[in-house]
Amino acid sequence: MAKSFAELKVLAAKARLGAVIGTYHAKSGHPGGSLSAADIFTYLYFNEMNVNPEKPDWEDRDRFVLSKGHCCPSLYAVLAMKGYFDWKELESLRHVGAMLQGHPDMKSTPGVDMSSGSLGQGVSAACGMALAAKFDNKDYRVYTVLGDGECEEGQVWEAAMFAAHNKLDNLVIFVDQNGLQIDGAVEEVCGIEPLDKKFESFGFEVAKIDGHSFEDIEAALNKAKTVKGKPFAILAKTVKGKGVSFMEDQVGWHGKACNDEEFKLAVKELEDEIARLEAEV
Amino acid sequence: MANTVCKATRESFGMALCEMAKTNKDIVVLDADLAAATKTSIFQKEFPERFRDCGIAEGNMLGVAAGLAASGKIPVAASFAMFSTGRAYEQIRNSVAYPHLNVKIAGSHAGISTGEDGATHQCLEDIALMRTLPGMVVLNPADHYEMMEATKAALKHDGPVYIRLGRLAIDSFNDPDTYEFELGKGITLHEGNDVAVIASGLVVNEARKAVLKLESEGINARLINIHTIKPIDRDIIIKAAKECGQLITVEEHNVIGGLADAVCEVTSSECPVKVTRIGVYDRFGYSGPAWELLEKFGLTETNIAKVIRETVNK
Repeated sequence: MAKSFAELKVLAAKARLGAVIGTYHAKSGHPGGSLSAADIFTYLYFNEMNVNPEKPDWEDRDRFVLSKGHCCPSLYAVLAMKGYFDWKELESLRHVGAMLQGHPDMKSTPGVDMSSGSLGQGVSAACGMALAAKFDNKDYRVYTVLGDGECEEGQVWEAAMFAAHNKLDNLVIFVDQNGLQIDGAVEEVCGIEPLDKKFESFGFEVAKIDGHSFEDIEAALNKAKTVKGKPFAILAKTVKGKGVSFMEDQVGWHGKACNDEEFKLAVKELEDEIARLEAEV
Repeated sequence: MANTVCKATRESFGMALCEMAKTNKDIVVLDADLAAATKTSIFQKEFPERFRDCGIAEGNMLGVAAGLAASGKIPVAASFAMFSTGRAYEQIRNSVAYPHLNVKIAGSHAGISTGEDGATHQCLEDIALMRTLPGMVVLNPADHYEMMEATKAALKHDGPVYIRLGRLAIDSFNDPDTYEFELGKGITLHEGNDVAVIASGLVVNEARKAVLKLESEGINARLINIHTIKPIDRDIIIKAAKECGQLITVEEHNVIGGLADAVCEVTSSECPVKVTRIGVYDRFGYSGPAWELLEKFGLTETNIAKVIRETVNK
C-alpha cells in the first residue's frame, strides 16, 4: 500500500539515520551522497517498485541498480526498513564477514539486484535488465541512480545511446545532482552541464526535479510511465549531506565517517527530525 | 575419420551458437560492430530478435551482458579479443566476474595470426587477463570440431566463460566421430615419453605435425592439447612431468600469463621439471600475412620440431 508523503518523510529521515549509523560503525564510507539520494531510494522502494522482500529473486519484480554504488549506506537502511534484512546489520557495514559490503554485492545482500561501485557500470547493467524484459515480453521496470560526477564516465553515454537506440521505455535513470564530487564542485572538476540537453540529445525524455520533494519524484515517475519508445531521465537537484546540518553541501563529507562527537550531533539532529515528522503523520 | 575441414574457429563458434540457440531460447548475442568478423552474424541472421549490436562500445556491451545475465538470460558478448577482454577488462572484472554472472565472452582475432591489421589488433594478453579473474573459465579450442563442442560446453556451463576465437582458417585434426570435449580436461593426442609438448589453440596442429615428423627420427614426444586453460588439467600435466621429465609449452600468446605460466604454476608446486616455452616473448606483433608471422614468431611446425629436437638431444 502506498505511503503518504508524511510517512515517506519519516522513512527517509530514518534512512539518513541508518546511513550515519552504518558509516560511523564502519569508520568509513560515503555519507554525503547517501544523504542526498535518501529520498529517491525511499520513494522507489515504498511507493514505486513492485518488489517482494519475502522473495528478493522473484523474476517479475522491478529492478534497482545503484550505479553510484558508494551511496549504499542509505539504500541498505531502506532495504532493512522494507524487510529484506535486520536493521542491526547496518552496525556491521564494511566489517569482515558482513552481509553489507562497502559497495553493493548482489551475492551477499538480499534485495541488491546488481553488484556495483565502479562508476559508469551500473547503468549498463540496468540497460541489460531492461532489455531482458523486452526479450521476454515482461512488463517489469528498471530503475537506476547515478551520481552527477559519475556522468563524467564515458560508459554512461555509451549506455545512454544504447538505451535510446533500443527504445528502453521501461528504464528510468535518476541523476542525483548534489553538485559535488571528491575533488570539488562537479562544474569545476570537469563540468557536465547542460545535463538535460545532453540526455535529450541522446534520445531521452527528461524531467528536472527537486530530489528532496516527494511530490516532484512522484510526478516524474508517473510521467515516465506515460512515455513510450524512449528511456526516461530524472535530473534530481539535491543537497549533498542533506539532513545533517554540518554535512550539507560540504565536499569534505563525500567519503568520511563521523567521529564520536559528530555522530552524537548527527544522531540528535536526525532523531529530533524524525520525532517532528512523526508528529505530522 | 571424417574429412578434414579448413575453417576459422570464429566460424565454428558462430555455427555452434546457432545450434544451441535452437533449443535454448535464453541464449542472446551481443556484438560491438564486428558481427561479420566474429561470425556472430551467423546467429544474427537466424535469430535477429535475439541479437543486439551495441555499436563500438565494448564497456557498455559487457555491462549490458551482466544485466541480461542477472535477469536470467545467457548472453554472449563478442568482439575482437583485444577489445572484449582488453577495453572491457574492468567491466568484466567488476560487473561479470565479481557477481559470477552467466556471461560468455568471445574474443575473436586473437593472437599474431590476426595478421595484416598489426599490433593494435593482435591480442597476445587476453588469456593472461581472463585467467586472473576468480571463477572465470578460459577456453582456447584448437580446431573446428573442438570449437563447436567447446562453445556448446561454455553455453551449458553456469558462470562466466572466456572463449578465444581465431581469424585464420585452419585445418581440423580432430575426428568428429570420436571427439569428446570435457571442460577442464586436457587431451593426449600422441603418446611418448622423451618430452611432453603441451599446446593450446591454433598451434596444436603445428605441434602435432612436428611430433609426427620427429617420430621418423626416433623421437617419441607426447603431445597434450589443453583446450581449457582455466581450470587447467593438473593431473595430465603432473603425469607428463613425472613420466617425460621435461615439458615444452606452445601458445600463440605472450609467454607471460598464458599457457606457459599456467603449466609452470602446476609443475613448480607439484613436480618441478624444466619447462621450455614457445610463444611470443614479451613483445608486440606487427603487420604481415598470418602464416608468415606465425613462422617469424616460431609458432609453426618447423620451429616447434627444432625446439623438441634440441630439448630431447640435450
